[in-house]
Amino acid sequence: MKNRDNLWGRRLSVLIFVWISLLAVPAVGDELLIRITEGADSAIPISVVPFSESGQMPAEEKVSRIIQNDLQMSGEFDPLPPEQMLSLPSEGSDVFFRDWRLLGQRYVLVGQVSNAGGTLQAQYELYDVSQEKRLVGATASAPLSASRSLAHHISDRVYEAITGVPGAFSTRLAYVTLERLVSGPVYRLQVSDVDGKRARIRLESDEPILSPAWSPDGTKLAYVSFETGKPAIYVHELASGQRQRVADFSGLNSAPAWSDDGRSLLMTLSKDGNAEIYRMNLASGDLKRLTNHWSIDTEPTYDHTGQGFFFTSDRSGGPQIYHQASDDAAPRRITFGSRYNARPRTDSSGDYVYYVHQREGAFSIARTNLETGDETVLTRTESDESPSLSPNGRMLIYATKSGDGSVLTVISAEGGAAYSLPASRGEVRDPAWSPIVR
Amino acid sequence: MKMTVSQKLIALVFFLGLMAGCSSTGDTMGQDDMEAGSDAGTTSGQQEQGGSTVFGGGDGSGVSSAEMTDEQRREAEARAERAQEQAMREITTFYFDFDTAEIKPEARDVLIAHARFLQANPGQNVRIEGHADERGTKEYNLALGERRANAVQRFLVVNGAARGQTETVSYGEEKPAVMGDSESAWAQNRRVELIFQ
Repeated sequence: MKNRDNLWGRRLSVLIFVWISLLAVPAVGDELLIRITEGADSAIPISVVPFSESGQMPAEEKVSRIIQNDLQMSGEFDPLPPEQMLSLPSEGSDVFFRDWRLLGQRYVLVGQVSNAGGTLQAQYELYDVSQEKRLVGATASAPLSASRSLAHHISDRVYEAITGVPGAFSTRLAYVTLERLVSGPVYRLQVSDVDGKRARIRLESDEPILSPAWSPDGTKLAYVSFETGKPAIYVHELASGQRQRVADFSGLNSAPAWSDDGRSLLMTLSKDGNAEIYRMNLASGDLKRLTNHWSIDTEPTYDHTGQGFFFTSDRSGGPQIYHQASDDAAPRRITFGSRYNARPRTDSSGDYVYYVHQREGAFSIARTNLETGDETVLTRTESDESPSLSPNGRMLIYATKSGDGSVLTVISAEGGAAYSLPASRGEVRDPAWSPIVR
Repeated sequence: MKMTVSQKLIALVFFLGLMAGCSSTGDTMGQDDMEAGSDAGTTSGQQEQGGSTVFGGGDGSGVSSAEMTDEQRREAEARAERAQEQAMREITTFYFDFDTAEIKPEARDVLIAHARFLQANPGQNVRIEGHADERGTKEYNLALGERRANAVQRFLVVNGAARGQTETVSYGEEKPAVMGDSESAWAQNRRVELIFQ
């Protein structure tokens, strides 16, 4: 009887879920709260001088304050608190380099924001203090409601001018939150800014949601949802809320990974007996099987060439990372350092592969230099999962345990500086960093 | 709330002991348990085996005492076996070691009981849910949970269940039976659950 009750409960919940999912308008999500856990010793001193303001400003955080937070969160900058500044210039002609040298600053950002008929306009200048030289002088504008987008855009420009690498502050995070209520668990697929703000719920279910993956153009998410009682892969267009169930074969349908052109997905299916990796052409639905082994083959991700892919296989006994250079090439084992290495992700340069690594009972994030084979453990937490690189390859986000729940932690791709994004309610897991969309 | 395997096994042994005690006596045990015995009172003592028949006066009821026939003994044994299997079928969760899908020796008899039950009841279906503990990666654990569910499915089919009666699904590490990050919690989460439908 009990089992039957469970079954009915499940069917009912599926019905309720289907109804809910028809409401395509994204709901306001749980904002992630940022907790800076560690600063980098080598962080560059920069002063983001509070921008002068004219006209009505948005009720939210000030633009210059958001920029300051962005740069701080990157771990590569050490912004000076405004109360320690000797002057508060808002344009280049008022910048006295001697003052900023005295404060040990290497860069100064000054600017003004004004409200012109509902549009926020910003004018900003970045100076190199030692060279007394202007690196950036630019304007940008955005609707009043998009002040955060405006700020992240300026952060990107500042970051690129100083490091030579595109900033990733305008990108977004997809992740899954889990709230355990008395009535049962609630899984929510959410998308937020990389600072955890402006979170929106894209899917809510009382069955698990897993493995969100961004399309290369940043307009769609592929993910695994158990909403029908078994895992299936869905492609979800964010703007319209339209969803398509693209893989619902018998057995596993999991671990979707987009091709560079956005036309196909790598995925793990077990319809032919056990977990194997396939490529699906999304337009035709055609499948090509890419692995063939009695062991578990899963967690595929394209390499930087877009031709080959990394994946997890336990063909040697325990899970290890393998690379297959083309559809038909023989897989080559990459990791040897411990008994458990899984879920690879690679950077756009193809220098490193990042993965979950077990050593002495702890699960951490590690990376292997693909040229030398050297392995470095990047994290000191003990239950780490789901590493995802920022699109500029400079930062890495992963899920880790914290108390009874799990949080997202961002570190530099070399290890070091970190901040955490705990969910304001429940657990947060399975982060996926969006591409840079120009 | 849930009994562990060892608790269930202890309960099972206790229950089987009771059954064994009952079935070893030759006395009448009650209408539904011992039809052969209750017949005796009304069939005017046509006992071909040794023993005695005592007729009561008036009300037609009597008490008879006899050793069991071979057939009766076989029936009793079959009943005991069915009871034993039924008791074993109370166990529907099976546990696994870390990163393995090997069915443990102590689970085999119980799974055989489930397989026989499915064989005897072709209309009965079972959903086989595979789970992993929280350690390691979600997608690998999804495949590991499936491997565990498949191992149990194969075992049931080899022992008499029809493949069409079974359905497998893996939840990986998504639906732990107990919360916590101790070895005892993990051990309870590395499991396959049978859900009869």
